[in-house]
Amino acid sequence: MSKKGQIYRISGPVVTAIGIKAAMFDVVRVGDEGLMGEVIELHGDKCVIQVYEETSGIRPGEPVINTGETLSVALGPGLLTQIYDGIQRPLEDLEEKMGVFITRGVDADGIVMDKKWTFNPTVKVGDVVKPGSVIGTVQETETIEHRIMVPPNKEGTVKDIKQGDFNVTETVCTLDDGTELQMMQKWPVRTPRPFLQKYAPDTPLVTGQRILDFLFPLAKGGTSGIPGPFGSGKTVTQQQLAKWSDAQIVVYIGCGERGNEMTEVLSEFPHLIDPNTEKPLMNRTVMIANTSNMPVAAREASVYTGITIAEYFRDMGYDVALMADSTSRWAEAMREISSRLEEMPGEEGYPAYLSSRLAEFYERAGRVETMSGDDGSVTVIGAVSPPGGDISEPVSQGTLRIVKVFWGLDAGLARQRHFPSINWLNSYSLYPASLDQWYRDNIAPDFPEKRTEISSLLQVESELQEIVQLVGSDALPVDQQLTLEVARMIREYFLQQNAFHDVDTFSSLEQQYKMTLAILSFQDEAKKAIAAGAALEDVVNVESRTNLMRARFEPGYLEKIDKLVDEMKKEINSAVEAEN
Amino acid sequence: MTEKEYRTITDVKGPLVFLNKTEPVSFGEIVSLRLSDGSTKNGQVLDTSDEMVVVQVFEGTAGVDLDTGIRFMGDVFKLPVSKDLVGRILTGAGKPRDGGPDIVAEHNADIIGAAINPYSRRSPEEFIQTGVSAIDSCTSLVRGQKLPIFSASGLPHNDIALQIARQAKLKDSDEDFVVVFCAMGITAEEYNFFRYDLERTGALENAVLFVNLADDPAVERLITPRLALTAAEYLAFEHDYHVLVIYTDMTNYCESLRQIGAAREEVPGRRGYPGYMYTDLAMLYERAGIVKGKEGSITQFPILTMPGDDITHPIPDLSGYITEGQIVISRELHQKGIYPPINVLPSLSRLMNAGIGPNKTREDHKSVSDQLYAAYAQGRELRGLVAIVGEDALNERDLQMLKFADLFENKFLRQSRDEDRSIEGTLDLAWELLSSINTKYLVRLDQKWIDKYHPTEKK
Ligand SMILES: Nc1ncnc2c1ncn2[C@@H]1O[C@H](COP(=O)(O)OP(=O)(O)OP(=O)(O)O)[C@@H](O)[C@H]1O
Ligand SMILES: [Mg+2]
Repeated sequence: MSKKGQIYRISGPVVTAIGIKAAMFDVVRVGDEGLMGEVIELHGDKCVIQVYEETSGIRPGEPVINTGETLSVALGPGLLTQIYDGIQRPLEDLEEKMGVFITRGVDADGIVMDKKWTFNPTVKVGDVVKPGSVIGTVQETETIEHRIMVPPNKEGTVKDIKQGDFNVTETVCTLDDGTELQMMQKWPVRTPRPFLQKYAPDTPLVTGQRILDFLFPLAKGGTSGIPGPFGSGKTVTQQQLAKWSDAQIVVYIGCGERGNEMTEVLSEFPHLIDPNTEKPLMNRTVMIANTSNMPVAAREASVYTGITIAEYFRDMGYDVALMADSTSRWAEAMREISSRLEEMPGEEGYPAYLSSRLAEFYERAGRVETMSGDDGSVTVIGAVSPPGGDISEPVSQGTLRIVKVFWGLDAGLARQRHFPSINWLNSYSLYPASLDQWYRDNIAPDFPEKRTEISSLLQVESELQEIVQLVGSDALPVDQQLTLEVARMIREYFLQQNAFHDVDTFSSLEQQYKMTLAILSFQDEAKKAIAAGAALEDVVNVESRTNLMRARFEPGYLEKIDKLVDEMKKEINSAVEAEN
Repeated sequence: MTEKEYRTITDVKGPLVFLNKTEPVSFGEIVSLRLSDGSTKNGQVLDTSDEMVVVQVFEGTAGVDLDTGIRFMGDVFKLPVSKDLVGRILTGAGKPRDGGPDIVAEHNADIIGAAINPYSRRSPEEFIQTGVSAIDSCTSLVRGQKLPIFSASGLPHNDIALQIARQAKLKDSDEDFVVVFCAMGITAEEYNFFRYDLERTGALENAVLFVNLADDPAVERLITPRLALTAAEYLAFEHDYHVLVIYTDMTNYCESLRQIGAAREEVPGRRGYPGYMYTDLAMLYERAGIVKGKEGSITQFPILTMPGDDITHPIPDLSGYITEGQIVISRELHQKGIYPPINVLPSLSRLMNAGIGPNKTREDHKSVSDQLYAAYAQGRELRGLVAIVGEDALNERDLQMLKFADLFENKFLRQSRDEDRSIEGTLDLAWELLSSINTKYLVRLDQKWIDKYHPTEKK
């Protein structure tokens, strides 16, 4: 057996080779055109390969060559602002090489090899460096400093360190044992990058989306799943997070979804300003786009490519947020490959290892002490696309067993154009307990209590609604009718948030908190007024309340809100006076 | 190139033929089968190894026996393309069906089609006026979009598709679309309906038809849309045409997919459809779009009939997961005698926001559309309540909403099959109907638009 064998069988994206010496996950070149593939199974003298490009036209007998490398990504300056396919080929390069249609047999480096970056060392000769130690920095984009690290398997004493302009393959540091370090390192995508220890999350990932931040918060380093039927808002929600969350780096994986959605991100992000840095959002973003019509094997790989890049930035000490849209398409890619391998299927044809793959993926999230002793995190947000919107299926169930936050999208709400159509009754977050101290210290001492008040009002509303269905709302006592009005205010004023509105698209935590105070003070004033004899209808219809609610679409709402609440209080009080 | 004829069939199963002892055969290669009666069939290689080759036969395997001769044609399936395609009617396998000559190829194009590089796409944002109020106002279509019609048997989806094909144009432009029409397993009667209509309006000269009828081979349906899209890509991206692809009925296509899967004894996904159906459909739907450096565009209008009127059935479900919205036809509205019976509530155009507004349609479009939607949704919901408690129990606001829902269906949705409304006409009509509701209840309308467009309250 040698490094070179030949094709024995082709069945879609799965090719079997014979006469080749290979190990699991070796990258091989398949056929006369040298299509890229990866070894995924060994059977005696046969070796099964998943091929990352279209296989039609290739035939048995064509050569297969083992590169001896495992599927890896190139890590170094040049990752940010890029858009890649599932195997880290920059789509811009592919366009240059093959035009607007992706044909095959073309290679492209993950990061530009000949671009010079200014390297500023942070160590000096004689310093001892360990795996993960930062040896220097490169200003990669306007806002992000790329920290050049010693690869996880190397260490020693610095013998020589450079300063100046280098490309990613030139040596910038030499260790006493002669090891040469460059700005680029490679890492096999299916192996998690090492860290010293995992910490419990204690800081929220602030997203600017009211229902998420206030009711179902996600922690930096946490995991969340967004299941929902088609058209319910998974992509819009994930894009909102990619835009407005306070992560320092965003990795956005379009996994088996629409081409136009990626185009939208590409055309929008360079013009959107990051509220935290005031610079274009693109500066902190890496995109992976393996759309539904691109090869499924590369779709399977795309998720690993993305998470490895995320871990790499985490290792520099950054807070990274990764969105995968949609993990269901990833699971389907696994299913397709598995069925070509004639593996014994599990539930609904998915391979038996589906749930362990999902768990391994989400397990790569976390807040960690990096190899160099820094603090970094990867937050993972996965969309799930259950058939018919029914989450009893394997991918939803496998995801819900692992993730700590469940944002359940609801077709009914989407149909009512209540956006984001996250169902507030069945969604949950397991993080509040570990985040509440942060809110008390940073936003307001009673922040958690306000959350409880708001969610119990919503709970009460749903119980009242059941009665209303039977007897109509007029049959309820007036205090319960008021509760319904307050809950309606929560829904329409607070939970609904228009992603496409320039102002409403983002709401700071301070503003969220004030908005809930406004709702609760409406409730208090209305109660008092009604007790003093005012009619519910008059209290509810005060114009100043409409103004308070409408003004959230205007810039500078945070500054105006107290005044608007005061006006509302006054008007409600005068409704009482008019009555008496 | 193997032109040798093999007689080594070992098994025939459903539309599949298994044979061995061949020279190396390539994956996806086209196959010609010669039956003992001298007739021929075509197929394609689905699986190939040194020991066994699996061929899917497009015309079905009736008449195939172990003596059937098999030749491998040395190439994957290609469609001869040229500008002469326009005005032609072809079979579901791409052969002339109109008695005309074979297409003289400018070149031969691989029908599988390569994926458009997402980086090379342009965002679709040019409003297409269909002249149908329900669509133009609430589920606006843009050039390069894929927007299916979710219908069900017995509903007038064909009329709607034809009306759109006839009327669709960019606002303020006379530029026509080239229609690529792809029939999959529809009845001869339906097909004749399409053809006569296209002939009657002269649109046939500007159309290419690929026709696989109900009594044509089911497996052939798997290539018909690929031929149609290959023709569409050629016309759009090599000759700058704006192409409107209408395919009907996707449900028949999916049935053929299921049939092949079953014959291969694959592990099925939901309700017996192959696990890869999502990807397979995406390989069709994603061939819509506009790209950098090319003038032309491909807009897709797939029609599918939902089995059992069930929108969660895998066919509409997987389609909805890929397309950029959907137009839902309602049996209830149809039974009320309303044409076009489009239910705007479950319908959605995801690219609408990019295509409407000032300089595109009209500044008040978004506002009007939100208000129409909200008022109609409320009115419809109240119908249920009225059935229980009676109209007397309603307050003034609810009464107005209830009446509006009727007006909306009878005056706004309803239009005749050849009525081509401009977007301004549609929006003005919307204002007229909305003015039946007291303005204080029209909370989705910006005051500035009320001041400008409200028929009785404008300033
Ligand atoms: N927060 C929001 N604000 C306003 N509109 C929204 C919001 N979320 C969703 N929408 C609307 O819903 C539509 C569908 O949303 P989206 O594309 O995110 O659905 P999806 O769940 O990703 O669907 P699919 O599974 O088919 O990809 C959007 O085009 C938009 O019109
Ligand atoms: Mg989506």
